[in-house]
Amino acid sequence: MVPSTRPKLSIQEVSKRFQGSRGEVHALDRVSLDVEEGEFVCLVGPSGCGKSTLLNLIAGLERPDEGRILMGERPVVAPGPDRMVMFQESALFPWLDVMDNVLFGLKRKEKLPAIELRHLGLEFLRLVGLERCAHAAVHELSGGMKQRVALARALAPNPRMLLMDEPFAALDAMTREQLYGDLQRIWQEHKKTIVFVTHNVREAVCLGDRVVLFSPHPGRIREQFRIDLPRPRDINDVHLAEHATLITQALRNHAQPGTPGTSPALPLSPERTREPAALNPGWSPALPEKA
Amino acid sequence: MKRFLHAVVFFLALAVAWELCVRARVWPKVLLPSPLKVAEFIGSSVADGTLLSASWVTLKRLLLGYVAGIVLGVPLGLLCARFRVAQDTLGTMALGLQTLPSVCWAPLALLWFGQTEWAVFFITFMGSLWSISLAVESGVRNVPPIYQRAARTMGSRGLHTWIFVALPAALPFIVSGMKQGWAFAWRSLMAAEIYVTILTGFGLGHLLHYGRELNAMEQVIGIMLLIVGIGLLVDRLLFMPWERFMHKRWGLSG
Repeated sequence: MVPSTRPKLSIQEVSKRFQGSRGEVHALDRVSLDVEEGEFVCLVGPSGCGKSTLLNLIAGLERPDEGRILMGERPVVAPGPDRMVMFQESALFPWLDVMDNVLFGLKRKEKLPAIELRHLGLEFLRLVGLERCAHAAVHELSGGMKQRVALARALAPNPRMLLMDEPFAALDAMTREQLYGDLQRIWQEHKKTIVFVTHNVREAVCLGDRVVLFSPHPGRIREQFRIDLPRPRDINDVHLAEHATLITQALRNHAQPGTPGTSPALPLSPERTREPAALNPGWSPALPEKA
Repeated sequence: MKRFLHAVVFFLALAVAWELCVRARVWPKVLLPSPLKVAEFIGSSVADGTLLSASWVTLKRLLLGYVAGIVLGVPLGLLCARFRVAQDTLGTMALGLQTLPSVCWAPLALLWFGQTEWAVFFITFMGSLWSISLAVESGVRNVPPIYQRAARTMGSRGLHTWIFVALPAALPFIVSGMKQGWAFAWRSLMAAEIYVTILTGFGLGHLLHYGRELNAMEQVIGIMLLIVGIGLLVDRLLFMPWERFMHKRWGLSG
């Protein structure tokens, strides 16, 4: 919102390990990534590639084992009102009605008179097309409506950044397509920075300015693609499909022999030397890559 | 309305069947008085005030024991849900004592407190405390962790998370725990009043007890009916609003 400060998210050499039931899981291995103010970045990769872990680290829900994450100049050490999260399940609170759900984060951020709160709440509900459901119970909403409310709830405290963890994965195709349109519109109107995690390449190409490809075991960034298609984008667009096909191929190339999820024992050290492919159309060499 | 009619018709039929049994002299009249006799007893003792004052004494005791059970049981449950150490120590104790039928506290309470209000209070309190604590504990433990994570990203932490997220999220469990606690308190109190003869107040349990001593069967049955009635009434007044709220919000069937 304030162009003079121009803060950006900077992820520097971040590693994260978890103690799993079958030994240590190397979720992220020295991952570096910069996100510009107002950029829409999609993190794509097979399950276990650490993309959700990275999102949790940016959110401040977890801390990195090594490396650091900066929002502007300040290191991320905890959740903050500048970063709101949307989860795969809506995580709406069933004991509150739709309006109070939307206001939950806003109330935590600042003390406002009740009338103003209502007013703001309605405004954000209108933004996602649900102003008529302000007093509905959460269980009365469909999956798509729940995610719309979750989006309104995340937008209400006016964060700089939205962190979205496969928010549309559990929805049917029709609902998803509508939400792609709405999300692009809201992103353009409100100039948010969005980091969006998905395993759906087409979704990533449809939404992102940039698609960041991850590979698992350990989680690393493999390649990045700049998507310059005009907006608003339609998921069924032919050019979009072409881009998606290219990226899907790249995703396959990075995957190990066999399915990525089932061969964790294979060493990845030879892969490490491979540079991001330069042959992809739309790839912008100006993008920061890890040194 | 239709459901209400069903209930009315059912209980009327029950009373008629009862009256028929009495008329047919299936059991001696001393053992099974006519429903009209029972109604007559209830009517006259309502009129002379014994029933009301006894109900009042009993409800006062119940409320004291039950509220004390909640006041201690809820924090105890939260403690057990939050700290592993508390779960392993206090939680285990709660689980053990909850299995103890509350009437088993009566001999101990009599020896500790004598025939006093305290003995009655203690039995009622012990009867409700553990089940409330266990329900709160399992309720909070069953809250999906995603709620707390979501709340944290929105700037909720510490006490705020407990009061505005963990507790309301556990509400369905807590209410069913309260309901169970209430049932236990009610049972314990009746046991206490039948066992502990004290002079500071004449409760429903005492009336029941003296009905037996005097062989006044219409009194025994009348008081039993009243106890059932109070149980139903409290269930409606105390728990129905919560259950309605949960039905509306969670979509649970109460």
